Amino acid sequence: MQTGSAFLQLVVAGIGTGSIYALIALGFNVVFKSTGAMNFAQGEWVVMGGMIAALLIGSISSVGLACLIAVVLVGLFGLISERLVIWPLRQPTALLITLVSIGLAICTRSLVMLVLGKKPVGYPGFSGSATISLGGIIVQAQTLWIVGITLVFLVVMHVFFERSMLGKALRAAAADREAAAIVGVKVETTILVSFGIAAFAGALAGAIITPLTLASYDQGAMFGFKGFSAAMLGGVGSLPGAVVGGLALGLLEAFGSFYISSDFKDAIAFAVLLLILFVRPAGLLGRADIVKV
Amino acid sequence: MTSVSPAQSADAFSAARSPAATSVSRWRAWPHLWLAVVWLALLAVPFVAPNAYVVSLANMALINLILVASLNLLMGYAGQISLSHAGFFGLGAYASGVLNVKLGVTPWLGLPAAALISAAAAWVIGLPALRLRGHYLSMATLGWNAILVVLFNQLVNLTGGPNGLLGVQPFALGGFKLDTEARAFPLVWLVSLLVMLAILNLLRSRVGRALRAVATNELGADAVGIDSFRTKLVVFVLSAAMAGIAGSLYVHVNQYASPETFGVATSILLIVVVAIGGSGTFWGPLLGALMYTALPQILLDYEDAELMLFGLGMLIVLIVFPGGLARVPQALARVFTARRRS
Repeated sequence: MQTGSAFLQLVVAGIGTGSIYALIALGFNVVFKSTGAMNFAQGEWVVMGGMIAALLIGSISSVGLACLIAVVLVGLFGLISERLVIWPLRQPTALLITLVSIGLAICTRSLVMLVLGKKPVGYPGFSGSATISLGGIIVQAQTLWIVGITLVFLVVMHVFFERSMLGKALRAAAADREAAAIVGVKVETTILVSFGIAAFAGALAGAIITPLTLASYDQGAMFGFKGFSAAMLGGVGSLPGAVVGGLALGLLEAFGSFYISSDFKDAIAFAVLLLILFVRPAGLLGRADIVKV
Repeated sequence: MTSVSPAQSADAFSAARSPAATSVSRWRAWPHLWLAVVWLALLAVPFVAPNAYVVSLANMALINLILVASLNLLMGYAGQISLSHAGFFGLGAYASGVLNVKLGVTPWLGLPAAALISAAAAWVIGLPALRLRGHYLSMATLGWNAILVVLFNQLVNLTGGPNGLLGVQPFALGGFKLDTEARAFPLVWLVSLLVMLAILNLLRSRVGRALRAVATNELGADAVGIDSFRTKLVVFVLSAAMAGIAGSLYVHVNQYASPETFGVATSILLIVVVAIGGSGTFWGPLLGALMYTALPQILLDYEDAELMLFGLGMLIVLIVFPGGLARVPQALARVFTARRRS
């Protein structure tokens, strides 16, 4: 009984953090798909989402509304960032975009620090600090909100990519840039949109995790790093891969820190990650790149 | 303005490499001579430096040069991105430092041991990771660096944990300890020269030519009988060994090491430094290492704005000169000739 409820507690905790990682990984994957680049600014948007929401809660009483506005603002920030630093590139190779995103990450972090301050900030969850008893264990209501919101967002994203014209254009450009351009897809616009979606997804993750962990300007690298790992684990560029990778990483961390050692939590997670990468190079769900010769 | 053939723009790494302008190739004709000239000039640093602090910066710049140049070997010439260069740097530092503190091993043995341990680790990671193309090495090495940082932090009995490794002895010649910045400088100067010489000779060797072939077109290289996997592995192991050497120098010159120096953030920054200096150029790393060492000191006065200025500077260089600072003369020459022609 005792071990059973501990097990369940770990599963819930793992799925909670895993959802956050999945959202960040999704943002990471969308940019990767459209540019082939690793976007190192992804984690900074997570922090930005949480910090702006905390600022807004001073003047907006509804936590949910404050979070929504914060997430939309960060999405806009993502769009502006793309226009400022990616769009001017004369030869936007994957490597150059990756490098530029590192500069963007540094500037974004510094901007957050200068404008929103260095102090960690937080706010109550969407249901205050309520807890729910679930099958013999106590779960924070916010954890359920996190899982629920992530689910809804994933469904919306799925429908967007499968049904909407813009979503289809994004997929077309990701599949074959030149072919998409020939049939009238504006490839530059798809890169812009992918940055907007990535910033939105990151900020969403930040806004819903902040009630549990507080947000501080210097956490961005850690978030980005976890999201990146989740993306790798699931298969870089794959939407379902982001979900599977995020959940797998969250569960790995939860169980690793409980059953082995919390000090070595990250090391365990990454050791498993390396093993999986070596056995299944394309990630859990990714398809291996077959390059025609 | 600058037109690039589709074959070039298709390859992320060769895109930055363009045919050398004639004025620059003359400069390149005698790289050994120039290396000698630059290092002879560097020898004056301890004599003209106004204080020990400037000498310590010079030491740090040369250690950073080893790091940046060895990463450039992998990134600029082999076209592979490693995100654990700071990890190998740290592995070398802790290997040499721990051997010295716990077992009393002399730094003179610690330095080759650091190189060997970093090289062995790179071999183990590279063996599975380099078989595949693309982003695979960067992903595997990112995880590897993260694991190393956790180990540096958590193996407290060995590494001193987050407080850092204390009591590391400096290099010594008999009873003469190289325990001041000015005394350590000749050693750092010599080792960095040897590393630069090794890189220069490697690039002009069979391996170096194979390397360029692999980076330009892996299939083409395979087709003419170059084992691209082996070539990449050799270079990855060599670059890690050099990072290990830099680590050993670092820990014995500073007589201290702490985990945050060797994090993933440093690895990422090193990639940017290589690009800003000029990825795939011999002198780019020198420019990159100088900036990487000097800029934070110069920006120190701006306190909170330091990070912003650093990031903005990085973005401007990358957007305006994507080929890096070492290619600025070429880029300007090209613009100039293009204007004259039109």
